Order: sequence, then C-alpha cells, then structure tokens
Amino acid sequence: MTTEQQVLDRIERARRRRPKVREERITMSHGAGGKATRTLIEAVFLDAFRNPLLEPLEDAARLRAGESTVALTTDSYVVSPLFFPGGDIGDLAVNGTVNDLAVAGARPLYLSAGFILEEGFPIADLTRITESMRAAAAAAGVQVVTGDTKVVERGKADGCYINTAGIGLVQRDLGLVQTRPGDAIIVSGPIGDHGVTIMLARGELDIEADVRSDTAPLNGLVAGLLDAVPGVRALRDATRGGVATILNEIARSAGVGVLASEDDIPVRAEVRGAAELLGIDPMYVACEGRLVAVVDGAQADQAVAALRAHPLGEQAAVIGRACEDSPGIVRLRTTFGGTRIVDLLVGDPLPRIC
Amino acid sequence: MRFVDEFRDAGQARALAAKIAALCEPGRRYKLMEVCGGHTHTIYKHGLEDYLPESITLVHGPGCPVCVIPMGRVDDAIALASEPDVIRTSFGDMMRVPGSAGSFFDAKARGTDIRMVYSPLDSLKIARSNPDKHVVFMAIGFETTAPSTAMTLLRAQAAGITNFSVFCNHVTIIPAIKAILDSPDLRLDGFLGPGHVSTVIGCRPYEFIAGDYGKPVVVAGFEPLDILRSIHMLMVQLAEGRSEVENQYSRVVPWEGNPVALRAIGQTMELRPYFEWRGLGFISHSALKVRESHAAYDAERLFGVPGVRVADPKACQCGEVLKGVLKPWECKVFGTACTPETPIGTCMVSPEGACAAYYNFGRMDRHRLPVVSTTVKSTTVVSTTVVNAS
Repeated sequence: MTTEQQVLDRIERARRRRPKVREERITMSHGAGGKATRTLIEAVFLDAFRNPLLEPLEDAARLRAGESTVALTTDSYVVSPLFFPGGDIGDLAVNGTVNDLAVAGARPLYLSAGFILEEGFPIADLTRITESMRAAAAAAGVQVVTGDTKVVERGKADGCYINTAGIGLVQRDLGLVQTRPGDAIIVSGPIGDHGVTIMLARGELDIEADVRSDTAPLNGLVAGLLDAVPGVRALRDATRGGVATILNEIARSAGVGVLASEDDIPVRAEVRGAAELLGIDPMYVACEGRLVAVVDGAQADQAVAALRAHPLGEQAAVIGRACEDSPGIVRLRTTFGGTRIVDLLVGDPLPRIC
Repeated sequence: MRFVDEFRDAGQARALAAKIAALCEPGRRYKLMEVCGGHTHTIYKHGLEDYLPESITLVHGPGCPVCVIPMGRVDDAIALASEPDVIRTSFGDMMRVPGSAGSFFDAKARGTDIRMVYSPLDSLKIARSNPDKHVVFMAIGFETTAPSTAMTLLRAQAAGITNFSVFCNHVTIIPAIKAILDSPDLRLDGFLGPGHVSTVIGCRPYEFIAGDYGKPVVVAGFEPLDILRSIHMLMVQLAEGRSEVENQYSRVVPWEGNPVALRAIGQTMELRPYFEWRGLGFISHSALKVRESHAAYDAERLFGVPGVRVADPKACQCGEVLKGVLKPWECKVFGTACTPETPIGTCMVSPEGACAAYYNFGRMDRHRLPVVSTTVKSTTVVSTTVVNAS
C-alpha cells in the first residue's frame, strides 16, 4: 500500500514538471498573481523570449552598461476604482515601478509613462492622476523622462490604464537564490492594506472599514536597510499574491523550506476583520508599500532595527526563517498552535459561501 | 480581534487536547465524521489534527455544497447561461467547478455573461439595472443558503420583477447523512454536526442518528476551539457509553432552529422526488425545487435544461472521498492529475472540499515538525486507519 509520504513525494515531482497552459483562453486567474499567472509566464512568455537576463524572473532585469549594472523593469496599472483611500492609479504607477527597482537593489533614476485612455475620460481626472504621479516621483526622487499616449474608443478600456518602466543603478547584488537555511525573513509592516482597501472601495460588498492603501515608494527604506546590514540576501515587494507568494518564491528559488509564524505577521485589525468576513487570507492580499527581506539570520535584529528607523518600516518584524526541512514548501505555525502549508494562490481569492 | 481570537487560543487548545487524549481507551480507534465542509476547512487551515492523538481519525463528510453537485448540473447551468440575453449569477465557489466542457470561468472567458455575487439578493439588483436581460441565479447550498434564495424569490415576487429566475440546486443534509449511515463501507463512532445548517433546521433532525443508529452527534461551531471542544464532547459521550445530540454551537444555533427561515423555504420550495449527488448517487427527497406558486421564477421551467447525466471521469474518486471511505491523498489522481488549478473532481474545487483543504493546507510531513508538547503525540492522523473499500 502506498503511504502518505510516497503520495506527497509523487506530488512534488509532478509540481516540478514544466508548466503547461491548459486553458484555451485567458481567464481572470491568469492575472491574479498565483499559480495560473506563473504558468502563463513560464509556458508562454519565457518560452518565447528565453534569455539569461529574463530567466531569473526577478522584479527587474540586471544589465551591464559599461562599468555599471543597470536595473530595468516595467509594470502596467489597471486598478479599479482609479481613485481609492490612500492613493490613486497615479501614485501606484510610480511607486510600483520605483519599488520593483528598489527591491532589485537598485537606486531608481528615471521612469517612462504610457497612457491608454478611453474616449470620454474626464480631463480633470487625468490631471488629478498626473498630479499624483508628479508628487510620487518627487517623493521617490525620480523623474518621468519619456512617455506615450493612446486613446481607444469608448467601451474598449476602463477609463485609464498606465504603463511605467523604470531604470536604476544597481547598488547591491541581491537575489532569492542567495537564501540559506537559517536566514531570517522580515516584513516591513502590516500586510494586506492595499488589496482590502481596493476590494472595499469597489463598493460591491457593503462593508465599511477604516483602511487605506499602503502605496509608498520603498527606495528610502531599502537604502537605509542596505547601508546598515551587509547580510541582506534578497528583497521583494509583496504586491499581487501577497506575502504568501513571496514566501513560496523564496522556498522555490533557493530550494529551502520556509517556516513562518502566524502570530508574528503584522496585520491591522481592520484588515483582519474584513478579510475574515470575506473568507480571504491576508497572506495572499496585495500590498503596495511593503517589502519582504531575506537577511542572514545573525543580522536579523540589526535589519529589523534599520527598517524600524524609517517611517515606512515602524512595524517591521521577523515572520519566519528559511530551513533545510521540506525544501520548496512553506509551512505556517498557526496562532492556534497547529501547522499548515501556505501554497501559491489558485486564481482569485474566492469567497466561501457558508 | 474580538469574537475570533478567543476561539483560537493555543493554551486552551493544549488543555483540551490533553483532556481528549485522556479519554481515549487504549487500543481503541475512533472515527469521527465532520459533516460540514466548513469544518474540514477549519481543521486543515489551523492545523487542528496536530492536537489529536493517533487513535482519533477525522473523516471528512459530504457537507460541501459545491462538491456534491454532479457534472450534469454544471453543464445544465452553463447551457442556461449561454442562452442569448441571459446574465448568470453565482457564488464564487461555483466558478471553477468543471463541467464536461469546462467551468464557468472558461465559459466567461468565451464571452458568457457570468457574474459572481455574495448574496442572491444582489441578483435582483442586477435584474433591475438590466431590464432588457434575464438574470438566472445558480442557487446551491444546504439549508444554510436556501433561506436567502427563498427570501430572494419572495422579494422578486413582491416587487413584480419579471426578468429573474433561480436555477435551484439546493440540497438537504439529513438524507445525505442517512445515506452515509446506511453505507456498508464505513463505520463511524460519532458526528460533528453541521453548525450553519443547524442555525436553520435546529438540532432535532439529528435525533434519529443518536436514537436509531446509536451514534453521538455534537453540533459544532467553525472556529478551531469550537471543533476541539466538540470532539471532546463526543469523546465524553463515547467514554460514558451515551449517544445523544448535543449542541456545542449554542451561541448561534437554537435547538429549534429558525422557524422564519424554514417558513420562507416552505413557501417557495418543495422537495424533489430524488436528486443526484456527486459520488453518493440518487438520493430520494434530498433536494429542493422551486414551488409551483413561484413557477415564473423557476429557470428549469422557463428555459428547459438539457438534464443530461454526465458520468464522472473514471479516475475521479470524489464519491469515495465524499463518503469518507478514502482520505483525499488516497485518490489515484490526487495532486498529480487533479489539483486545485486543474480539478477533475469537485472535492478539489471548493475551499471546503476535503481534497482542496488537504492539498492547500495539509500536504506535508508532520513528523518532521512536532508542534504539540509532549502530553499529546503529534501525528499523521490520516496515515493509518483508513478502510479502503475500492
């Protein structure tokens, strides 16, 4: 008779197989940042564009330019609603790209901005968005230096979509593959604020809570951390798919196990409450101003202190460790005292019905 | 967070675990079924099995409303949704359930207008704002969700809304429990009764389980401490040789249930002569349809559905899993051909399905990570005591 462990081993082998897109058409799951997104990227995009610079699938590509290493990244913004408590699509478009550079260990310098606008979109709204972008760029110390504008017929886009790309100068060689057993995993503050804010701002749920998006540029926070702590292995910003997705990327990229503790993960009471009602797990909810840091275990306290010294990192905390056990798998010690797996998200977080 | 944290306290859990362990008779094995998928989800999400001694096996029951819907009904629903000028609404859980030609998500990607709602009443809002379309709500669930469908039918009628109907797939829990009790595959020692269903039907309907079958029942809440307390209550009954219906979830479940909700169901729906359950087959008087008095809101009457019976894929062993005969990982396709992203069977779809709960939360070697203090043995509960009937 097969034992449970044999079955688990068989599953792990199946999971390591080359991903295949089985769907005939794009579904919303392909954009949710979980397993379907990963499969689409690996099976379609990586397959088409494969090269050594793309292959690590990090937040930004690292390119040699003369004596320097340059980081290049791009991101598109399609948030709905366009304006929400704590920010709008404009700050998001600047901060998101700045953060992708910052967590690649780069000092962000210049951005591009491409706008896809729907016929009938109010100019006043566009001005409000560009004003937010200007302010966010100033706060992050970057400039928007090139751009593009396209207009599509009414009904062909949802008001305004923005794409930004950014380049920065790499200061430190970081990467998830550098993670070693014993390393500490740190988050820079409470998780899930952005995702829950957006869900509630859509007004479809008749739930009100005092939550605001955490959208913010992380380059200042990152600079402080890198200056103070030589043993930073890798950084990630916990956007789509949330902290759970990052923990899985750590486990998978570095071939280590990850053991996290639910008690140590900072989550605001309002966010926990809303997530509890909606049947979703804050671990999977997007942040726009939080980073996950992998740090040499011996320097964990130093790293937490460096993060807490910055206003965006006041509630930084060690949430777990990399370990040799169960490579590739993320386990969570629950508040209740049990243990469970934290897997990659499948599709959108679906509400439970009873 | 109030009303949540006090039900997840690790200290109390340890104390209860010790009491439960002390009640286990040496050499005796206990199989307890949690009827409701919500319980299964909680058990895995909080790692509750870590607190149970090796001799207690939790068997996951049929109480996941998504899991028991047969493939043919999913096909019927997609056929309905593909009618021109129809907007189909559904709870989120149904979106990924595979029919013979893909799920609702796939149908949506092909251009079918399918929208996710949190409440059936939201369908009425959609009907009002789309007067040139017809809105069909895919109603699923046990007695827990049937009252909200009933209220929606009553409101639709009162408001004179004419472009709304319900594709009714509501099922009732008692016939399913009876089918399991009568199944020769399985010997159970007791039941954790479904908490939310019981808020509607109360505790009396379970008395036959305790009386006729001699199995104790404890109606259980959904927080992890609720479940541990309920297991403790079951173990006390077993130790004392009693079989009674007890209510652990009395903060929510009245003994007599909710008469207003029951009345609303009775006004709008009636029992079908029989209904096909996935894995359990046809069970008589186990599901609800829209009453004649509300025929104008019955999608089955308005559209006529293909009603073709679709056999489950051969490899799928959801039936055995739903009956608790197989543990999820014992299914031949578990985790390899059948995963949450590409489910073959319904148990892998809903977060309340036993397979999805186990795959997402429990798929690990617990021996490597002892959690509980030495008073309770940390163990792989699922590994030892399963009766394999296939």
